[in-house]
Amino acid sequence: MDELRLDGNAAAGTLGEVFSFEVSTTEYACGGCGSTGRLGGAMVYEVRELGTIVRCPSCDNALIRLAHHRGRYLVDLRGTRYLTTG
Amino acid sequence: MVAVRPRRLAWRLAEVVEVVPETPRTKSLVLEVPGWEGHKAGQHVDVRLTAEDGYQAQRSYSIASAPEDERLVLTVDRLDDGEVSPYLTDVLMAGDKLELRGPIGGYFTWEAKDGGPLLLVGGGSGVVPLMAMIRHRAVVSSGVPARLLYSSRSYEEIIYRKELENLAARDSLLEVIHTLTRSRPEGWSGYDRRIDADMLAEVAWPPDKSPLAFVCGPTPLVEAVATALVGLGHDPARVKTERFGATGG
Repeated sequence: MDELRLDGNAAAGTLGEVFSFEVSTTEYACGGCGSTGRLGGAMVYEVRELGTIVRCPSCDNALIRLAHHRGRYLVDLRGTRYLTTG
Repeated sequence: MVAVRPRRLAWRLAEVVEVVPETPRTKSLVLEVPGWEGHKAGQHVDVRLTAEDGYQAQRSYSIASAPEDERLVLTVDRLDDGEVSPYLTDVLMAGDKLELRGPIGGYFTWEAKDGGPLLLVGGGSGVVPLMAMIRHRAVVSSGVPARLLYSSRSYEEIIYRKELENLAARDSLLEVIHTLTRSRPEGWSGYDRRIDADMLAEVAWPPDKSPLAFVCGPTPLVEAVATALVGLGHDPARVKTERFGATGG
């Protein structure tokens, strides 16, 4: 699979398509290991054409899964305990 | 407190005013963006290309220009197997239109009022957002001490080499330290290896000066530098990182 490994900064534009707040300074708490951080510092795997996965840099849990298809978005936030805007 | 205004980022058309070769692999695109509302040093834009069959490819590029500059400048590193960068560096010409959105990102940004001392560590084209900070610092005549530790493969691949020399020559508070990892010109007296903890201990201010660090480059470099800085005793909250993968472009 052709994946781009980026960080939350690079994905801020794509995530901004569904979130109206500034994404890169938003704090997350990981639903997997409980660690917190700024989304700008989290790891992002962008699977081309299919979507974007933001992963916790501590435990690799998927914090945010964003799929887009034919102009619609599916956002899966199961891996995030909470988000606090920066 | 003023509420943060939700803002949808819209795609818009910029016009290429000039394409400036920086190194054999990198070019700067000087853009005129109608209605551009300004940016902070360190932010980036997304660039989108659309093929005739409708296929779209999108990448993020750091802004190289200072917020005070008249035109928006992106510096693009050509990745041979990239989908987007070869078009931007080899095909695009003055007068062409380019679709972009931004500015994006509030995490990896610096303004003169944020203070310092400012420790900038970059590898390859990771220097681009750091250059926006250096240019901003120069334009506003900031007295914040700044050091750039910049890793390039060879002397020829140092982006902005002349401009950095000139800026450092007339500003005693700006120091530029190069390391060349693959080849060195004859008589090179600077560093000749990848950035490591020993190099950072020599170049960075001690932790009790609490420098504000920005680290940008390929993922392995950024992780090595951030880990080393924290290991030297720097506050992780003052070490900001921006990584890019080895693939893509």
